[in-house]
Amino acid sequence: MNSSIQLVLKPHIKDVKGIRVQKQCLDQLGIETGAVKSSSFFLIDYPASEDAIHSYAKDCILDIVTDEVLVNEIYQSTIYKSFIAVAQLPGVTDDEGISAQMAWVDYFNKEADVNTQHIFSQKVYYFENHIPEEALQKIAVRLLGNPLINKFSIGHSDNSGIFNWEPYMPKVIMTADDTVNLINIDLSDDALVKLSKEMVLALNLQEMKAIVDHYNDPSIIADREQKGLSKQPTDCEMEILGQTWSEHCKHKEFNAIIHYKNKETGEEITINSLFKTFIKGTTSVVQSSLEENKNDWLVKVFSDNAGVVKATDDRLFVWKVETHNSPSALDPYGGAITGILGNNRDPLGTGVGGGKLLFNTNVLCFGPPSYDKPLLKGQLHPRQIMEGVVSGIEDGGNKSGVPTVNGSIVFDERYSGKPLVYCGTGALMPYDYNGKASWEKPIDHGDRILVVGGRVGKDGIHGATFSSIEIDEHSPSSAVQIGSPITQKKVSDFMVKACALGLVKCSTDNGAGGLSSSIGELATISGGAIVQLDRVPLKYAGLKPWEIFVSESQERMSLVIEQDCVEPLMNLAKDMEVELTDIGSFTNSGYLDVRFGTKQVAYLQMDFLHEGVPQKIMYAEWEKPVLKEPKLHIDNHESILKDLLGSLNICSRESIIRQYDHEVKGRTIIKPLMGERGTSPQDAAVMRFGFDSFEGVAVSNGILPRYGDIDAYEMSAGAFDEAVRQIISVGGTLPNLSANDGVFWSVNDNFCVPDSEFHPENNPDGKMKLAKLVQMCQGLYDMATYFDIPLTSGKDSMKNDFKAEGVKISVPPTILYSMTAKVNDVRNTITSDFKKAGDIVYQLGETYNELGASELYKLFGVLGANVPVVRKEKAKELYISCTNANKDRLILSSHDMSDGGLVVTLAESCIGTSLGVDIDLKGLNSQLDDATLMYAESHSRFIVSVSPENVAAFEAVMKNRAYKIGVVTQTPSLVIRSGGTTILNVAVSELEESWKNGLVL
Amino acid sequence: MVKALVITGFGINCEEEMSAAFELAGAKATIVHLNEILQEDVSIHDFDILSFPGGFSFGDDLASGKVMANKIKYKRLPSGGVLIDEIKLFLSNGHFIIGVCNGFQMLVRMGLLPNLGLQFEPQATLSNNNSAKFEDRWVKCLVNPKSKSPFLKGVSHIDLPARHGEGKLIFIDEEVKEQIEQGALNCMSYCSPDGTPTDEYPYNPNGAELNCAGLISTDGQVFGLMPHPEAFLSKYNHPNWANMKRNSDSFNEEGDGLVFFKNIVEHIQTKTT
Repeated sequence: MNSSIQLVLKPHIKDVKGIRVQKQCLDQLGIETGAVKSSSFFLIDYPASEDAIHSYAKDCILDIVTDEVLVNEIYQSTIYKSFIAVAQLPGVTDDEGISAQMAWVDYFNKEADVNTQHIFSQKVYYFENHIPEEALQKIAVRLLGNPLINKFSIGHSDNSGIFNWEPYMPKVIMTADDTVNLINIDLSDDALVKLSKEMVLALNLQEMKAIVDHYNDPSIIADREQKGLSKQPTDCEMEILGQTWSEHCKHKEFNAIIHYKNKETGEEITINSLFKTFIKGTTSVVQSSLEENKNDWLVKVFSDNAGVVKATDDRLFVWKVETHNSPSALDPYGGAITGILGNNRDPLGTGVGGGKLLFNTNVLCFGPPSYDKPLLKGQLHPRQIMEGVVSGIEDGGNKSGVPTVNGSIVFDERYSGKPLVYCGTGALMPYDYNGKASWEKPIDHGDRILVVGGRVGKDGIHGATFSSIEIDEHSPSSAVQIGSPITQKKVSDFMVKACALGLVKCSTDNGAGGLSSSIGELATISGGAIVQLDRVPLKYAGLKPWEIFVSESQERMSLVIEQDCVEPLMNLAKDMEVELTDIGSFTNSGYLDVRFGTKQVAYLQMDFLHEGVPQKIMYAEWEKPVLKEPKLHIDNHESILKDLLGSLNICSRESIIRQYDHEVKGRTIIKPLMGERGTSPQDAAVMRFGFDSFEGVAVSNGILPRYGDIDAYEMSAGAFDEAVRQIISVGGTLPNLSANDGVFWSVNDNFCVPDSEFHPENNPDGKMKLAKLVQMCQGLYDMATYFDIPLTSGKDSMKNDFKAEGVKISVPPTILYSMTAKVNDVRNTITSDFKKAGDIVYQLGETYNELGASELYKLFGVLGANVPVVRKEKAKELYISCTNANKDRLILSSHDMSDGGLVVTLAESCIGTSLGVDIDLKGLNSQLDDATLMYAESHSRFIVSVSPENVAAFEAVMKNRAYKIGVVTQTPSLVIRSGGTTILNVAVSELEESWKNGLVL
Repeated sequence: MVKALVITGFGINCEEEMSAAFELAGAKATIVHLNEILQEDVSIHDFDILSFPGGFSFGDDLASGKVMANKIKYKRLPSGGVLIDEIKLFLSNGHFIIGVCNGFQMLVRMGLLPNLGLQFEPQATLSNNNSAKFEDRWVKCLVNPKSKSPFLKGVSHIDLPARHGEGKLIFIDEEVKEQIEQGALNCMSYCSPDGTPTDEYPYNPNGAELNCAGLISTDGQVFGLMPHPEAFLSKYNHPNWANMKRNSDSFNEEGDGLVFFKNIVEHIQTKTT
């Protein structure tokens, strides 16, 4: 018999969760709920006496100060008229239940299985008002959960205050199933395409035919016969091919042959792989340039889970940024938390593994929270997506003890179907483990394959293939998962310790494609592997062998262990309470050999698996859009400035930033908000590596999707410059300026584009979209090679479209540059806020007639034509001068100029201080009109302040690139003059008010 | 040399900075997984100070620090006892305990704080912040001049980062609250910028009763607080360091949070010499 425990707060305790739900119902849904009472509920299917349950409830579950407890009965009340209970669906991660089991096992001192679920938690909300069923449903799905992962029970009390509620127990009831099916691929073209779609393989006809040809090859047939295998592929083999050949894993579009035609210039070229030409190609050029100058810090690029550079004499810095867009569109919380935790596993599984996580970053692109169009089938409201994603990032980072130090949020209506969720992680790894290089991945015949961490369930089947197709109303719910930060923290602690002890030969993360990808890829090193799927620990019975092999259940790593290290590693795992299982061995047979007991599940030639996918051919065509500059009448600068500061892309992110722990580990030097009141927005983040030195790293990001509406090349080059100048702003130094200077830079590029494959009906502008992608790559190449800044890792996400009810919402082509750079002494870094009245204010760099795609134009609903252009030669010269000025500590505050232009930058340097600024635009020595000088978003500029006694020295160092425009004032007002005329005079407090109230979360 | 034991495992995540704090204060710090103690591979009696760092032990499930406290109270050691009894012995031997954030939550749930009448039963709780959110923000704290403990020596005000979702201290009843005040066990209060205790958000980030940010036991041996002194070991951790550096001629690079660790290490050193 099941038992239950319910907790409700004592009447005098403030129900903060209930109050929050009440407010959200009113603010977001317009539903008056009256008072809301929140409650926790546990269903227990361990056998136990009533007395035992009572004492467990009292000692382990109840908070004696705040809670009342009900055992084996359900809360009843005459005050509350409606309720919603939110349980997990079967098989969905329930950490609260698992932790209650841990308490159970400890309390009764029993040996019990804590890896399968026996205690199930749920939340119950009681509402004072009698709320109609339809409105309760709306509250449930918009605010309290997601039907893809939650089971809602809703209802009302009867006249005597009785809630007629049968609590739902999400127990998985299935029987073991070791079926292996054969797949008939002797089919017509149409039938092959249909098969690919039905199996969610995401393979096109050409790829399906390559598989058919392979299985029809007489030598393969003979091979298989010898193994007792049919001529037809098994279900598992088809699934492995689908995963391995997915866009997510093989980057088929980035490796395609692209015929590119530029109708503007008449140029026609053929590109054999964007990746080889522009990404790897960039880094090769940069690497030669670095090596010529004896800068040898580039350790590992593109060949492992993350990029590796040498940070100090004994430490490596590991850097990885990934996206998790499709899962975040289906379940924002689950998508984001698995995104951040999954990305954390990359540095943990780079080289040998065991990198210590140093920080997280996140860049998010959402539709506007005030979105008021009718929602399509399967589309979540942008506000719901934003709140879910932010909570996912919060829990993913905070509960893992990794500070979230840098990020950005971009709003654009085109992200209303599919959001973009970029997660980054930096880590430090010892240079060697007991003399063995930590970044290498040696694997030999005979090494054992072990998996550590969470168990495998049906959640996360087809994540990799699913992320390679656009989302529609039929997207599989099995792609949704909820991460468990506590499980992963245990794995992460274990990895660090096991690697430090030298017990791990190397490792990798289990991410997209699950074991099929992780072991499939590692096996390329030794030349084969044998896997016994019957040994893989499962969350519950009932998974078919192929499902076990491709499931992406989270918090797992695959380890390569030498035979004599297996036992000590098992002991360590037992001590640290992580589950570790030996599931096979690496071979040099040339085959991926997968078995379930004695049953052969898959037997695939390694060469075919990894090299057999045919190269794609794609077409790109660029036609310059016809655009012109608008004629605007701009006179009320005060209201424009306030509107700009309150606009979605500029306003304060404080309410979100504060939810992220940005200083756990105690090493954050420049946080997202700093200054007198801790509210001044900063450019790059700065962290020190340890407590033993002041060496550290600066972290920035550049992303400017709206510029791509005018020019994709300049969008990409501009985003690159934005990220570089943020690092320069905090006091960073460009790389390779002198021989052997140890100043590493490590950049991840992440492309997120809409479907760019031309199709006359489904995607008529596909060629134009692909042309934009080509230009983004060209911009990247030109910038990175000019600055000698290497790309070390990255990711592309190709089909960011949401389709439902015949409507398609596509993201704008978007590139994010996530940059990190060495800071030799974090004590010499610079924050953006003004420091002292009397300090002299300069604009560094020049303003051009570049209001195209600016935030000002957006305010007026126009695009314009003159998009900001990067002048990289002038930029580099200026950045070097900044570094020289910093050597003499001449700059006291520095803020890079971006969204909104000069006046917004000035306002931001005042916000959070008790100071103001008095500026004369004439100091810019420019022919441009005032509005352009005030709002243009020209690149490579900064606002800095300098103490009066250093003015002469500063101007000498800056060589005519510093324009003295004003002074920091004791009066807390922002004053802008143009010669004798005052064109703006507004209190900083009013500006701060507008800036802080732009976004409510 | 003064020896500090820093407990980790199961989601504790501030063990490195806690260890660094003790090392910088001149002690020898050892980070140990709780299971090593529960399996009796490591004995707490080999140390002078026991520390419970912050983090999210067991993901804050059930309640913050609850499952961890439960392990310490109920899980049988190989020798037959439970760890809480060893901790009682450790205290009666005159040793010291500090718990920060999640560690403070564990101390309260184990009944080690406030521990009026030495009952070792919970008399308070740390509940959801009034904002219903996790928040990371620096707070100004006033150290209660009447509180007696070597940890607090010479400290009147201190800025520290608070980073929690469940930090609202609530006492079990009015009587306990009164005794706390009378005994000056509420050793730290959240303050407004002018330095006076306040219940105003965000200066008081969670709505704690008595505006209380930290508790000390009657004997001064057990110190627990929500804000993180171990995250302020260098002045460069302070959000306003750049301004302090610009506007002060005597900029001291040492972080203010180090003082509690220095105090206790010094106290033990003098006691033993």
